[in-house]
Amino acid sequence: MSTDHDSPYDLLGDDHDDGHRWAFGTGFTDPLEGIDTAVPAGVDRAALARYCLALGDDALIYSHRLQQWVTRMPELEEETAIANIALDLLGQARMLLARAGGILGRTEDQLAFFRDAGDFRNVRLAEHDDRDFAELVGRLLIFSAWRLALFEALEASPDPVLAAIAAKGAKELAYHRDYAARWVVRLGDGTPLSHRRMQDALAAIWPLAGELFQPDADARAAMPPAAVAPAAEPAAAVDAVIDTVLAAGGLDRPGAAPLAGAVGRAGRDGVHTEAMGDILAELQSLARAHPDATW
Amino acid sequence: MTEPQPEREPDPAPVRSEWPLYEVFLRGKRGLNHVHVGSLHAADPQMALHHARDLYTRRNEGVSIWVVAASDITASSPDEKDPFFAPSGDKVYRHPTFYQIPDDVPHM
Repeated sequence: MSTDHDSPYDLLGDDHDDGHRWAFGTGFTDPLEGIDTAVPAGVDRAALARYCLALGDDALIYSHRLQQWVTRMPELEEETAIANIALDLLGQARMLLARAGGILGRTEDQLAFFRDAGDFRNVRLAEHDDRDFAELVGRLLIFSAWRLALFEALEASPDPVLAAIAAKGAKELAYHRDYAARWVVRLGDGTPLSHRRMQDALAAIWPLAGELFQPDADARAAMPPAAVAPAAEPAAAVDAVIDTVLAAGGLDRPGAAPLAGAVGRAGRDGVHTEAMGDILAELQSLARAHPDATW
Repeated sequence: MTEPQPEREPDPAPVRSEWPLYEVFLRGKRGLNHVHVGSLHAADPQMALHHARDLYTRRNEGVSIWVVAASDITASSPDEKDPFFAPSGDKVYRHPTFYQIPDDVPHM
């Protein structure tokens, strides 16, 4: 390898880590390539697949919503930050859909592009169309705080593949939560206008947050046994994080009731907001117009 | 020809239209020191640090970031180029090139 460099930046871009130049293209297409994907004995395969599908759908739909902000952000630097977060979530979606698909006998692309809205299991919070930057960061704070708490518990999952995905994702989510928290505090503690808009944003997001803490029967297959029973505990941990951030920003915790589902069914059951159709139309139309195309 | 400039209302509160500039320095895992990689806009040093992470370490370039407000840098002026730098141009004996460097001395 040459050590002559015209630019010090080239030097920094050198291979630091045994050939992992992942950012410049890897050539492999299976996100779980080279990993032993056997499901351990005693784990409910169908429930594990449904659970991975739900977490993968959360990430896929949320990532798409963030991608829609690209070119619309108030500052170039923030746009890169949001694009990075969208890419992190897309990476999580790929691995989780591949894990679910491996059990269900479908590829990640088939799951992402050739299912209809009623088959998607994401929470409705992931679908929300942020009206302004305050909603973007408020929603991201709630979502990433919840998902980080969940992934930290899943690091002890009886399924080693899911445990590894969770361990990798937790590092990403910790940054997402930090990014969102900084902006919620900055807007909440900023000018009277930014404070009002941040408070309004939280009020708009709040009804969607209740769904995150609904007990999920499929979690039994994915979670370590100790974490399954007390479903209230992750909620309490997430609440503590959010309350800390709100207090730092001088913001009040909204009291809005959770958004009702249709006859008790919500996002995890395939019942979505009307925004879901538009998201899927944009997300899936190219793949459906040119099935099996490569680029 | 000069166009008449419209009179601007003085801003009620002085709000900067643009965030101040920060210069970014990165140290790679193998690198010995931080090197300048570029600049960015941010409202304060903490935000600059996070922007630097998002803009300049996307490809695993660094393990340590410094940011410094561009306004805090004292720079030599192009006007002073000759008095500053020309006198050292002809003093080849200041280069330590008259030594044999042993093969096992790294980073030379």
